[in-house]
Amino acid sequence: MSLIHKTAAELGRLVASREASAVEVTQAHLDRIAEVDSKVSAFLHVDAERALEQARTVDERIANGDRLGPLAGVPIAHKDIFTTDDMPTTAGSKILEGWRPPYDATVTRRLREAGLIILGKTNLDEFAMGSSTENSAYGPSHNPWDLSRIPGGSSGGSSAAVASFQAPLSTGTDTGGSIRQPAAVTGIVGMKPTYGGSSRYGLIAFASSLDTPGPFARNVLDAALLQEAFSGHDEFDSTSIDAPVPPVVEAARQGDVAGLRIGVVKEFGGEGYQPGVLARFHETVDLLESLGAKVVEVSCPTFGYALPAYYLIAPSECSSNLARFDAMRYGLRVGDDGTRSAEEVMALTRAAGFGPEVKRRIMLGTYALSSGYYDAYYGQAQKVRTLISRDFEAAFHQVDVLISPTTPTTAFPIGERADDPMAMYLADLCTIPSNLAGNAAISVPCGLADEDGLPVGLQIMAPVLGDDRCYRVGAAVEKAFTDRWGGPLLSKAPAL
Amino acid sequence: MPYDEALERFEPVLGLETHVELGTVSKMFCGCSTTFGAPPNTHVCPICLALPGSLPVANVKAIESTIRIGLALNCSIAEWCRFARKNYFYPDMPKNYQISQYDEPLCTDGYLDVQVEGKTVRVEIERVHLEEDTGKSTHVGGATGRIQGADYSIVDYNRAGIPLVEIVTKPVEGTDRLAPEVAKAYVTELRELLRSLGVSDVRMEEGSLRCDVNVSLMPRGSSTWGTRTETKNVNSLRSVERSVRGEIERQAAILADGGRIIQETRHFHEDTGATTSGRSKEEAQDYRYFPEPDLVPIAPDPAWVATLKAELPELPSVRRARIQEEWGVSDLDMAAMHNAGAIGLVEATVAAGAPAADARKWWMGELARRANESGTALADLPITPGDVAKVTELVASGALNDKLARQVLEGVLAGEGTPEAVVEKRGLRIVNDEGELSAIIDQVLAGNADAADKVRSGKIAAVGALVGGVMKASRGKADAGRARELILEKLGVEG
Repeated sequence: MSLIHKTAAELGRLVASREASAVEVTQAHLDRIAEVDSKVSAFLHVDAERALEQARTVDERIANGDRLGPLAGVPIAHKDIFTTDDMPTTAGSKILEGWRPPYDATVTRRLREAGLIILGKTNLDEFAMGSSTENSAYGPSHNPWDLSRIPGGSSGGSSAAVASFQAPLSTGTDTGGSIRQPAAVTGIVGMKPTYGGSSRYGLIAFASSLDTPGPFARNVLDAALLQEAFSGHDEFDSTSIDAPVPPVVEAARQGDVAGLRIGVVKEFGGEGYQPGVLARFHETVDLLESLGAKVVEVSCPTFGYALPAYYLIAPSECSSNLARFDAMRYGLRVGDDGTRSAEEVMALTRAAGFGPEVKRRIMLGTYALSSGYYDAYYGQAQKVRTLISRDFEAAFHQVDVLISPTTPTTAFPIGERADDPMAMYLADLCTIPSNLAGNAAISVPCGLADEDGLPVGLQIMAPVLGDDRCYRVGAAVEKAFTDRWGGPLLSKAPAL
Repeated sequence: MPYDEALERFEPVLGLETHVELGTVSKMFCGCSTTFGAPPNTHVCPICLALPGSLPVANVKAIESTIRIGLALNCSIAEWCRFARKNYFYPDMPKNYQISQYDEPLCTDGYLDVQVEGKTVRVEIERVHLEEDTGKSTHVGGATGRIQGADYSIVDYNRAGIPLVEIVTKPVEGTDRLAPEVAKAYVTELRELLRSLGVSDVRMEEGSLRCDVNVSLMPRGSSTWGTRTETKNVNSLRSVERSVRGEIERQAAILADGGRIIQETRHFHEDTGATTSGRSKEEAQDYRYFPEPDLVPIAPDPAWVATLKAELPELPSVRRARIQEEWGVSDLDMAAMHNAGAIGLVEATVAAGAPAADARKWWMGELARRANESGTALADLPITPGDVAKVTELVASGALNDKLARQVLEGVLAGEGTPEAVVEKRGLRIVNDEGELSAIIDQVLAGNADAADKVRSGKIAAVGALVGGVMKASRGKADAGRARELILEKLGVEG
């Protein structure tokens, strides 16, 4: 098997045992990028030289007998919303075109410390606002299963890179489903850790109370290894949880569900869900029962209000977070001809630098926070948020994890929903509640929909700091399905 | 309208908003230094420049200082509160929102008692909250030095993110004609309180203490408040008083003419004492406050707050009362010392070993006179309480008399060194060498035979002229008391 088809865990082992060098592993992936990324457009920026330089350093350290982590020498694709002091960081926006941050995000720093090789930065919907990467100022990424379809979003470049074997691992951020939905529609694993479990420092903010960095991988164990590598308390993020990282790697290795109580969320399913998605989901429910889990239906009545609450809270926070892009200190500057006022330059720059979806959300949020409307919109949405957390708490008294389809449909064609924001927003229907409540949730592949042959994702939701449960159930499902399918789901993907 | 006339027709209502830059080592939400006067944009980092991705982390020391201020002002301390974002665009505010506090301030409902013309006025405190300062804009070109009409502006972000405490009074009513004095006394007392807490260097001229003065008038007999104005750029205690007086006169003139007060920010001009119109607040700006999601709520442990309360230093008003009793000083003298800013100096001088009466005598006498002459504050004279204590000690030991002591103080103020050094350099030590003194006396007795005879014959009063002669001959350095004894002894007369 070629290096690019190996798991991250295996690559780490090969590099550590010097059966393969980090340079070889890195070069193999750079070659794959050169071969296929013109079709996939997963990357906004690739720095082959820098990647090889990092790989050489890892090889030297291993040769010197340094004991590095399990992912040392493993290449990774990094979402272009994390700052990197050696590569540009755009957040998918024109307003940051060419900006080189003077500092590394905490996640970036920890990737480097773990010896991971950053190949480049991946495409995303502008400021992580979207479910398809079509809102990127640099054009959409493509789904490796069908290049005419979206790879999900906002972390669509990261899902596409991993699904097309350009990298074994990638980072993403999940604000309303931006890791789980792209993972689901590209047939890979994507995890949204507990809010505060991974640091937001250096993650360019969309919605501060929701944004959560997390891993993408082609299997559950790799995702756990990556999450472990960059998670944990960070003194630079006040909302970071000061507690040990849950035992995610152990859980991913354990992978059994015997005796576990699993709740099926009653509210997710039925009208609006693609039949092939529901068929694969129900099949998975049966599978879990056959593996010894006790499956019950659980009602979470407030989940139906999650989407509207999210579309008040997230835009409100974004309207404030994105105020700093004002042409004064960094990024794009438009209209500074020596005659215009600072205010005019700010307005012209923001008009030229932000795309339509970003502007739409800034407008929505500005409105929702305005005096006279605050209570009716932002205030009310926060109350809904509390109720959703209570629904989760009640549910987790009855069951250990909750499950649902990750998305109502498989990957839709590029362009299909681009002019229909409401249809686009529905892609995150099932994923948003966990962002509002801050709990852990993962998406793992559960088969292909009959009608289009495209991947379907299973979402597993666990309580706050119960990340290990997501991995435990995910690994069990993965093992059972891999046996049933005679190999990983991605082996069914068409060649690029 | 003249002040007296204005007060006959209207009653003023005051409000004071004071911003205090805390003297923490680092900024409110990052590790940058807060030192004043560094080259522009050298105390900055990704956080206080609001680079994409950066996040704030609250400075616990600043929270502690704010709680201590709240406790010293008799406020309730919130058990749980949050920071809020105040959203508006301005180039010197890097995030285009200010992290502040809105409906959940850290401290609420306190008071500060101030003394005005012998009466105690209680100024109620509405709230004390914590926020971050903005950068500093300099507008270049244009006539006014303000952003309108400037050719360009430059921004220094060193100040951006320095912790700022805002102290807001409730409306102060019933001050009547003493409104300007009450305003000044409040800021004076507050400044002293903050200084005693050691939370800020409270320098108005450097902007570490900034005061906005709100004034409105209501017609005598009415109980409905008028429209208020907010005067900014009030950069000294004297300006606080002047700006209130000026605003009362200005508003009274408009109201008396049947005009209407516009709710606005006004700008105080130190040189003329007048205010000019600034930003109108008629169309209230919508700051779209919401809880700051990047920061966890502040939930001070009640036990910690109790400890902070127990460890508060003696507050200035309490200290003054204690000192007054200990030193046995009259109300009038105490007020004079307070107004001259001498209490701390006298206290430090006493602590350095001087008797209270002597310390007070020098600071309120000779030194106050010199400070007055040179137009400096007493505390800014180039002399330490230790120097003054040394001088009192030299006088007490007989090495100096008062006249010489004044010359020593003059030398210290002129930068000639410590009191001992000045005594040495100027040769000011009292002549108490018996031989030298004796020689001088013999000389004087020889030259004043008449006076000597008078004394011998029992006219003791005539000894004064002889002592005067000795003092003159010694150029003031002789110990007059000892000289008198020796003269009488030499003339064989019993003193």
